[in-house]
Amino acid sequence: MKIHKYDTVIVGAGGAGMRAAIESTKRSRTAVLTKLYPTRSHTGAAQGGMAAALANVEEDNWEWHTFDTVKGGDYLVDQDAAEILAKEAIDAVLDLEKMGLPFNRTPDGTIDQRRFGGHSRNHGEAPVRRSCYAADRTGHMILQTLYQNCVKEGVEFFNEFYVLDQLLVEEDGVKKSAGVVAYELATGEIHVFQAKAVIYASGGTGKFFKVTSNAHTLTGDGQAACYRRGLPLEDMEFFQFHPTGIWRMGILLTEGARGEGGILRNKDGERFMEKYAPVMKDLASRDVVSRSIYTEIREGRGCGPAGDHVYLDLTHLPPEQLDAKLPDITEFARTYLGIEPYTDPIPIQPTAHYAMGGIPTNVEGEVLSDNTTVVPGLYAAGEVACVSVHGANRLGTNSLLDINVFGKRSGIAAAKYSQENDYVELPENPAQQVVDMVEHLRNSTGKERVADLRLELQETMDACVMVFRTEQTIKTAVEKIAELRERYKNVSVQDKGKRFNTDLLEAIELGNLLDLAEVMAVSALARKESRGGHYREDYPNRDDVNFMRHTMAYREVGADGSDSVRLDYKPVVTTRYQPMERKY
Amino acid sequence: MATPTLEKMEEAAAASPYITVTFRIRRFNPEISDEAQWQDFQIEIDPKERVLDGLHKIKWDLDGTLTFRRSCAHGICGSDAMRINGKNRLACKTLIKDINPEKPITVEAIKGLTVMKDLVVDMEPFFQAYRDVMPFLVTKGNEPTRERLQSAEDRERFDDTTKCILCAACTSSCPVFWNDGQYFGPAAIVNAHRFIFDSRDEAGEQRLEILNDKDGVWRCRTTFNCTDACPRGIEVTKAIQEVKRALITRRY
Ligand SMILES: Cc1cc2nc3c(=O)[nH]c(=O)nc-3n(C[C@H](O)[C@H](O)[C@H](O)COP(=O)(O)OP(=O)(O)OC[C@H]3O[C@@H](n4cnc5c(N)ncnc54)[C@H](O)[C@@H]3O)c2cc1C
Ligand code: FES
Repeated sequence: MKIHKYDTVIVGAGGAGMRAAIESTKRSRTAVLTKLYPTRSHTGAAQGGMAAALANVEEDNWEWHTFDTVKGGDYLVDQDAAEILAKEAIDAVLDLEKMGLPFNRTPDGTIDQRRFGGHSRNHGEAPVRRSCYAADRTGHMILQTLYQNCVKEGVEFFNEFYVLDQLLVEEDGVKKSAGVVAYELATGEIHVFQAKAVIYASGGTGKFFKVTSNAHTLTGDGQAACYRRGLPLEDMEFFQFHPTGIWRMGILLTEGARGEGGILRNKDGERFMEKYAPVMKDLASRDVVSRSIYTEIREGRGCGPAGDHVYLDLTHLPPEQLDAKLPDITEFARTYLGIEPYTDPIPIQPTAHYAMGGIPTNVEGEVLSDNTTVVPGLYAAGEVACVSVHGANRLGTNSLLDINVFGKRSGIAAAKYSQENDYVELPENPAQQVVDMVEHLRNSTGKERVADLRLELQETMDACVMVFRTEQTIKTAVEKIAELRERYKNVSVQDKGKRFNTDLLEAIELGNLLDLAEVMAVSALARKESRGGHYREDYPNRDDVNFMRHTMAYREVGADGSDSVRLDYKPVVTTRYQPMERKY
Repeated sequence: MATPTLEKMEEAAAASPYITVTFRIRRFNPEISDEAQWQDFQIEIDPKERVLDGLHKIKWDLDGTLTFRRSCAHGICGSDAMRINGKNRLACKTLIKDINPEKPITVEAIKGLTVMKDLVVDMEPFFQAYRDVMPFLVTKGNEPTRERLQSAEDRERFDDTTKCILCAACTSSCPVFWNDGQYFGPAAIVNAHRFIFDSRDEAGEQRLEILNDKDGVWRCRTTFNCTDACPRGIEVTKAIQEVKRALITRRY
């Protein structure tokens, strides 16, 4: 075991982690621990754009953006946070441009902007051009630009280090962060990083679904590490299903395709979104479009022999426009489906995309241990966190924005904290829990296999807690997950070595997914209403009287060592906007 | 709205899509042996699936010790460059049907970088070369309050080289790099190009001097391996030629 000492440690090197690192490295001795090489992070897969009311191409302002964010989130958004997001969006985009990001340009040479779902002028009058973009590789450009600036600032990275435990120590009756424990992929060695401040920026948890736009490595490690140490997870029942994933594969085709004029059609060629969202049509918010697609499929208007998908039609758009604005996704259609989007429509289905919930934080990125108490020295930003700016449903282009705004804020706040505070003493045997977990898995002779359990989990999640949910389906999921968690105790790995043991790490990642799936299902079962991404067929309406509140899920450990999920609730911060019915 | 391709595809999908394929993989694990060796695996796979899917089937169902990197699974993150049937490709962007599945499919680590285990190589020298070309925007004077202006044409000038995902497929396909690991390699030059030809940047001269070095662009022998290998379709050799020309004319 090795012990390292840094002022600030950042877990994750995606957009949020690197944006934080650029700030914190300037102000404090910082280490970034990342399980992937920074440029492999899934921020690089983001396509469509990043929202900011620059008003470069038409009238726009941050207040309209705030409203759209709140409405898009079905009023579960904390409005103070959404206002910060929308206001600071403008500088966040300009910062990136100054760092070198090659945005697409208008004829005047300013940053070009395009339409995106749920973003409107003047509180829903008509779609507005708010998304700043670089073709359909905006996330790639953000990730590259941030990495380039990390190189420039001399940020210190520990690549292929997996953080597996969060150290919390009680001092004067207050739980404080003392550091993290990490596993080094290359050697199998365990490292303790003592730090005054820790920032989680470890991304989402989409891999508990089968059809997903998320990378294999998005397994919710940060959420799980904090949850196991008794910290709450907020709003985990809210997961976004993006309408346009490649049929059966889940690879994303950006909403920008509809922003450029793409149309969804059923097997009769009908533009069905006109029925469900007369004003915004194909550009209604994602939960609305995903439900509409499944309604078409269920009512027998789906395409193909099994009627299990619909079409994204780009054939009426000029090939030059597709080449200039959507080069990557048209290539995905060619590579993975053998389809030419100039002439043929692309088969799509909703794909599990984004975790609205996560580690609860305030607007400085400080992690909360209950509804109000801050954990000194602990921060979170990006998809791992829940501020909550996305509420029950995130608007497209608001996440690349979130990682930049709250990545920067948490980087500054954490560095300030480490300048002003001392180290918290490490607990005795700080690495014990990780050592035990790793040794247990390495030595286990159990008969269960990781791949089997993971597939069963994914199939259960797809079938039971996706776009449509009922008491019945969620209960099925809860039971199945309990069974899988039990069987997980008998999981063994074939690779017993130390060097690059990805077999072992996949087993650990599965453990994280199982814990988080349980939290999600239990949270979803208790929310007897429909709101944003959480749609209950048995409770099809939003219920502001009983459920206008955030879910807070805690892990409870019983006397016999068994654990369960305990739910509590937190009020929503409402400032300007009173809840209204959501229409698009 | 025409649907011909799709109907064909769906008909094909209705019949059993699975075929038996042999993967012949170059295994190496110094914890077990200093020698690398080839190992064959037979799997059932739909030819429309990716080589990466095949590797997963092997790892998940047959041999958990098989080790490779991967993340996004759709050609964006640059994790899984490997030599497939003797050519550098991304495993997640190569479909089984496109590489003659009747014969064994050979898979081995990319060349020129030290193999750590099976298909995993040491990427550090590759990233070091990248960091050495100053891969970041350098500007002088006061920051503007709004964005810097750039015309669409100026933006287009370096578009091709912004697409790089640092997968190392190009660099590790280059015979000059195989013989001399000191050579910067195509990927580093591509990333220098991305800034040299960016109208906002003011450090072109410095970067050109770095690449004028004995291990710089002049080592390139224009074999075009890199251009063929690039999974992002970047015209790598052309970018290197443009850097060479800029060094001669000092115009860019
Ligand atoms: C296909 C796709 C397209 C998208 N398009 C858009 C878009 O157009 N606009 C938009 O706003 N949003 C979009 N999103 C959402 C947005 O891209 C993501 O929410 C956002 O990029 C997440 O960034 P992040 O920094 O939080 O996490 P990531 O970029 O996922 O980074 C996570 C980091 O954490 C590290 N990590 C994870 N676990 C550990 C561990 N245990 N130890 C150490 N390190 C760890 C990883 O190595 C990685 O560096 C898209 C998402 C997807 C999947
Ligand atoms: S896994 Fe990301 S490029 Fe292949």
